[in-house]
Amino acid sequence: MKLSTKNKAVRNSLISALILAATPVVSQARDQIQIVGSSTVYPFSTLVAERFGSSGKFKTPVVESTGTGGGMKLFCQGVGESNPDVANASRAMKSSEFENCQKNGVKEIVEVTFGSDGIAFANNVNNAPINFTLKQLWLAMAENGPKPEKWSDIDKSLPDTKITILVPPPTSGTRDAWNDKVMKDGCPAEVKKKDKKACKIMREDGAVIEAGENDALIVQKLEANPSAFGIFGFSYLENNSDKIKAANIDGVEISLESIQSYEYPVARPLFFYVKKAHIGVIPGLKEYLDAFTNEKAISEEGYLVDAGLVPLNNTQRSKLRKATKDLVIFSPAK
Amino acid sequence: MRNEDSLYQKKRDRRRLFADFRFRVYGILGLVLAGSALLFLLGNIFSTGYSAFQQTVITLEFNLDAEILGVTSTASPAERQEANAAKVAKNGLYVLFPEVKKSKDKRNLTKLLSLGAELDIRDLLIDKPESIGSSVTLTVPMSSDVDQYYKASLRGEQFQSRLDEQQKKWLQILIDKKIVEMQFNTDFFTRADSRYPELAGIGGAVVGTIYTLLICLLIAFPLGVAAAIYLEEFSRDSFMARMVEANINNLAAVPSVIFGLLGLAVILNVFGLPRSTPLAGGIVLALMTLPTIIIACRSAIKTVPPSIREAGMAMGASPIQVTFHHVMPAAMSGTLTGTIIGLAQALGETAPLLMIGMVAFIANVPGAPSDPATALPVQIYLWAESAERGFVEKTAAAIMVIIVFLIAMNLLAVLIRNRTRISNK
Repeated sequence: MKLSTKNKAVRNSLISALILAATPVVSQARDQIQIVGSSTVYPFSTLVAERFGSSGKFKTPVVESTGTGGGMKLFCQGVGESNPDVANASRAMKSSEFENCQKNGVKEIVEVTFGSDGIAFANNVNNAPINFTLKQLWLAMAENGPKPEKWSDIDKSLPDTKITILVPPPTSGTRDAWNDKVMKDGCPAEVKKKDKKACKIMREDGAVIEAGENDALIVQKLEANPSAFGIFGFSYLENNSDKIKAANIDGVEISLESIQSYEYPVARPLFFYVKKAHIGVIPGLKEYLDAFTNEKAISEEGYLVDAGLVPLNNTQRSKLRKATKDLVIFSPAK
Repeated sequence: MRNEDSLYQKKRDRRRLFADFRFRVYGILGLVLAGSALLFLLGNIFSTGYSAFQQTVITLEFNLDAEILGVTSTASPAERQEANAAKVAKNGLYVLFPEVKKSKDKRNLTKLLSLGAELDIRDLLIDKPESIGSSVTLTVPMSSDVDQYYKASLRGEQFQSRLDEQQKKWLQILIDKKIVEMQFNTDFFTRADSRYPELAGIGGAVVGTIYTLLICLLIAFPLGVAAAIYLEEFSRDSFMARMVEANINNLAAVPSVIFGLLGLAVILNVFGLPRSTPLAGGIVLALMTLPTIIIACRSAIKTVPPSIREAGMAMGASPIQVTFHHVMPAAMSGTLTGTIIGLAQALGETAPLLMIGMVAFIANVPGAPSDPATALPVQIYLWAESAERGFVEKTAAAIMVIIVFLIAMNLLAVLIRNRTRISNK
């Protein structure tokens, strides 16, 4: 008899749990914007999303950081509620991705170029200022180069320290942009002639270390090792300027202006893509688009610029506003 | 001869005793090492994280002027929602510094205040429309930069702040006026994620975790127990049964990300459950927990002596009655312990949730399992990646919360084991 009384408690709790289980409702029509894509755009996208949601009219959009490529894949799966509405990208949509979209019925896409981003080559803040050319950076990092051990092996003017460079993993947009600028443009003609892809392979003998997507961790490592370098987005550099310092590249200092004019060699535009078919269906999507392209966000004094975005100049911005108002349909440059 | 023998004996004894002693020392050393590593880890987390439970606030007088707000007290809630609360919030600070005129300086001045000030004012407008036109005194959060700087200065540390000299001067004036203070950070427990560290909370993640674990429990527990009962009590020892058994044991060792991939392919793409929700997350984690529960339940059933079954049978009970009236009550404590351990394991998982979109920025506290949500470990991961300095302490504080969660679950397991233990004698 003792058995059953003790068990009653267990049984009762199980029954109440089952009743609880019956209450969750099946999902209704989606009333929340879904955004996927680049980890570089993520900080900006979430800021806009939060301000957008805090105005109280719409729910705060859900933003996932999947990387540009992963985001494009999800975005191009099709139209309809179960697919994301917006894809963030730190590079333009490739024509292969565009074709995939078309194939799956995502016909009309609006492209928004909302600002730029520069990539910094930075080390511990206590080091002396330093300048690298693209070629020197390529020589230090490339698999198909001479693989020098010390910076001074490349050029006498460079410091006599071991080359240690912490790089983000190949899935990251930052690495993509670095490859497209430094590894491609710094590549000597004889390697380029042989095989285009050979330029972008990084050495694996310990001088170049893949450090994961966690920028905070890289900063910690640079603090511990003054001779190491790391690769960061400009916004990250701004936020941690008390710990890390950027090197000049090709004699150009990384700054808002030099990135805006693309004078700084490792600068790139940032994008997001919106499904036109979802505008008017998913509540708030049009308003989100407006909020993101609003002067309050992306002008020189906008809050995204406070967070490290490099703004477009005035004429670019007014062009952008007109294009988003008219919802100009995107087709990839061939 | 005898002497030599006993000498040899003594030597051997000494050696044996020394070996024994050595082994004990190794054991103690190992414990000390593990203990100090744990202490170091906890100490590190605690020392970075404890400050997140406090926040820097400022008490200001806000003039809810109808003209500035652009709404009157008779406006509808929707109109009040759109009132210019931001302007009122900024003015609350401007009136203290009438000498600040340039727009650039004003912008720098407002950076001392958090976006939370604006949100608090808007909440007030929604709840109490009659306050429009009057002046109210509110205690509102300050920005994360101020928060970090102020906390560091209270600790007497040198801190490389993002505040410039002018901002520090302004802050000092406010501190001298005694309107800046520290208070317990309730926002941290009630709010969901935010890009502003001073507003970010783990409320959303905690609710998401509870929903996810609840779904996981409701699916995995009945299924797991039913499977274990069938395998132990009813199935014949056939080839099939042995195959199933081997597969269950294998499943328990499958890396958790695989379950996430399965969830993406089947639960999201085939069944079309909504992405990023505890509903989908709970199902995926249930698949992962299932083998653990089955194995725990089976071994609990195995420990029930056959005499209990035989006694039941002898009294004319059917096999089902024997199982549910006699065997399962005795096996319950082991089963529940195994279940809770399995859930605790699920609590710490991020990899499977990554695949189904629960690793995302979600700023609303979920109201139902079908709303988008994150879970605690995911929140820790997201904050650890954030660039803003204010998230460092939040990350550590969130780790403290998940540790408390784990300890609570393990305590519950012990409690249940003690309460439901039935002696078989």
